[in-house]
Amino acid sequence: MTANTEIFQLLPHLVIGVGIVLSVVIEISTKKSESILPWFTILIFVFAGAHSIINVYDYQILFGGMYAIGGVTAIFNFIFTIGAAIMVLNAVDYIKKSKMNFGEFYILVQSSVLGMMLMAGARDLFMIFIGLELMSICFYVLAGINRSRMGNTEAALKYFLLGAFATGFIVFGIALIYGTAKSTSIDQIVFAYEYFITDVLFLTGLALFVIGFLFKIAAFPFHMWVPDVYQGAATPVTGLMSTTGKAAAFSVLIIILSAVFTQNITNNFEILFAVIATLSMLYGSIVAIAQDNLKRMLAYSSIAHAGYMTIGLAAGNIESVSGIIFYLTAYAFMNLGAFGVIALIEGSNEENLDINSYSGLNSKSPILAGFMALFMFALAGIPPMAGFFGKYYVFVASIKADLTWLAIVGVFSSAISVYFYLRVVVYMYFKDSTSSIIIKNSFTGLLAVIISGLLVLVFGILPDTLFSIITSVLSY
Amino acid sequence: MLTEFGKIFIFLLLAIGFVGIALFAAKLIRPHRPTKEKLLIYECGENVEGSPWVKFNIRFYVVALIFLIFDVEVVLLFPWALTYQEFGFYGFLVGVIFLLILGLGMAYEWRKGDLNWDRTKPNIPELSKILTNKNVSNVKIDEQIKES
Amino acid sequence: MNTIPMEYYLLISAFMFSVGVTGVLIRRNAIVVFMCIELMLNSANLALVTFSSFLGDPAGQVFVFFVMTVAAAEAAVGLAIIIAIFRNKLTVNIDEINIFKW
Repeated sequence: MTANTEIFQLLPHLVIGVGIVLSVVIEISTKKSESILPWFTILIFVFAGAHSIINVYDYQILFGGMYAIGGVTAIFNFIFTIGAAIMVLNAVDYIKKSKMNFGEFYILVQSSVLGMMLMAGARDLFMIFIGLELMSICFYVLAGINRSRMGNTEAALKYFLLGAFATGFIVFGIALIYGTAKSTSIDQIVFAYEYFITDVLFLTGLALFVIGFLFKIAAFPFHMWVPDVYQGAATPVTGLMSTTGKAAAFSVLIIILSAVFTQNITNNFEILFAVIATLSMLYGSIVAIAQDNLKRMLAYSSIAHAGYMTIGLAAGNIESVSGIIFYLTAYAFMNLGAFGVIALIEGSNEENLDINSYSGLNSKSPILAGFMALFMFALAGIPPMAGFFGKYYVFVASIKADLTWLAIVGVFSSAISVYFYLRVVVYMYFKDSTSSIIIKNSFTGLLAVIISGLLVLVFGILPDTLFSIITSVLSY
Repeated sequence: MLTEFGKIFIFLLLAIGFVGIALFAAKLIRPHRPTKEKLLIYECGENVEGSPWVKFNIRFYVVALIFLIFDVEVVLLFPWALTYQEFGFYGFLVGVIFLLILGLGMAYEWRKGDLNWDRTKPNIPELSKILTNKNVSNVKIDEQIKES
Repeated sequence: MNTIPMEYYLLISAFMFSVGVTGVLIRRNAIVVFMCIELMLNSANLALVTFSSFLGDPAGQVFVFFVMTVAAAEAAVGLAIIIAIFRNKLTVNIDEINIFKW
């Protein structure tokens, strides 16, 4: 039985899986779980992330074509685990501050990361579904983790209803794909993609599947849950949902459409993706201007960023895939950093989220103000931050695919977005403080912000380190 | 020529028609003398008390949710039970791990106190306390009894 | 007696799916919306079982088991969220759950 030994190839997954079980045991056996669990969680995340990135060139297909490790999967695993580790580091003091000491928090974060890793590695539609649901169900609970707070439960309800709605689309899409392709193996679907795509039923199934995942990445016509959920959920949870959750959904879209990216087949969804990308970018950037709540502003900016990444899907060539993956990595760390700063400044009862609370931040806490400015520049896409190169690679790919107009819309929308990102910087540096907020010192929170800031700078100054890995890995 | 489903359809039409005609005929020939007693909802001979749309205790929902999960997860055990022998010890181990994880979930609930059915103390109105307060009028006493 | 063609099953399944989508879009009670989502999942289950039986491939039926268990887990989480919001707000009407604008 080969399956006996194959399972040990999945060491990061096994570590996290066993970690979840151990966390449950820790949670029920000691009263001091709040001081053990965060460090335990960070430990296993860092191990899994390091293991993935070390074995990035070790590409293998396991379990009879059901699951893949190494390659692009390893890069996605790196984003998920390190992103979640930064988020947990940031959340330690936030949880104490807002009095939501539930050990479940860490268990749910671990489970959701395991779900994302299953999604990224899946080479079978059924695996994708199981990973997706593991991630989504944990996110529904995480969004409403502080159940006595009205905003939290409301965010959870909205996220749950629309997320489950999207799941319905995905399952029906899977059913139709399974019926027409007579298989759920993605390798087989990709192999005969050109033949299947002429079948209307297959096309419908694929369209439903893609629409379900457009919900999860928060692209324009399917974005209505994003602002409320991002504003209502606890700040570190929002950071996790907006970065790693989006990356996981994109990993599935990249796999399912990989026939288009690698085999020079005409992209049936080119117009759909182009329209969605245009609308998401413009809608996100324009509506974000009117927002005063920083979390809500970042939610709209998240819609815009989903639009930039969708440009890559519309372009549909191998460069666009590497562009999307680079963008996702950059976006994960700059957004986690921005939410980290917001979590540090936020008061104990969800106050100080308004942009006015940031006026004169430079005089109170120059470190936080400096890092916030860094993340805002990065999100706006100003070189030499990582965000610039993410956009650059995606735009270049779209020009290669004869979609120059899409790149122009993208540049135009970035120009709009500079306004609301720099508004925060202006408030921090050139306005006198109007509110007397007290920023609680938090060493771990600051550490998380510094790590994400350094990663954003490294990926910005030396983009080739990551980009060359991605391109070489994609040639498998 | 009728298909099998056509026959079933005709059967359905006949059944519906028969019920309709029987009820209509009964309505034509039966006497119609309603009284208050007759119009009451029949509830096993008891008198009707209040609306059936009462709010249940929230603890019932918690137990129902827990039951729902454990009940449905068992469905995964059926295919396993039929085939695990073909896979030898490995197949057996997979099922055992699954059951252990389910058991861990159960232990978690138990430990967190979600299975405890701790009764809240019934809030019995104490008439003597209310009646000693001379200023309260009779109407108010009635209201207080109702509220408590 | 000839068997029912596959199209009939698929039409029923598509009809159930459409009813579910319509229900989600027009109903305002959170629990009814949730029931409509369950209807969507079950329509997919019907399609999966149909394909599985007509292709002679048991994988689809196994997947239905997974969809069912996942739907149960989702139902538990969803109902728990609805109970939590009912405790806070004493309503399950989506239009009244609006401290954020939709």
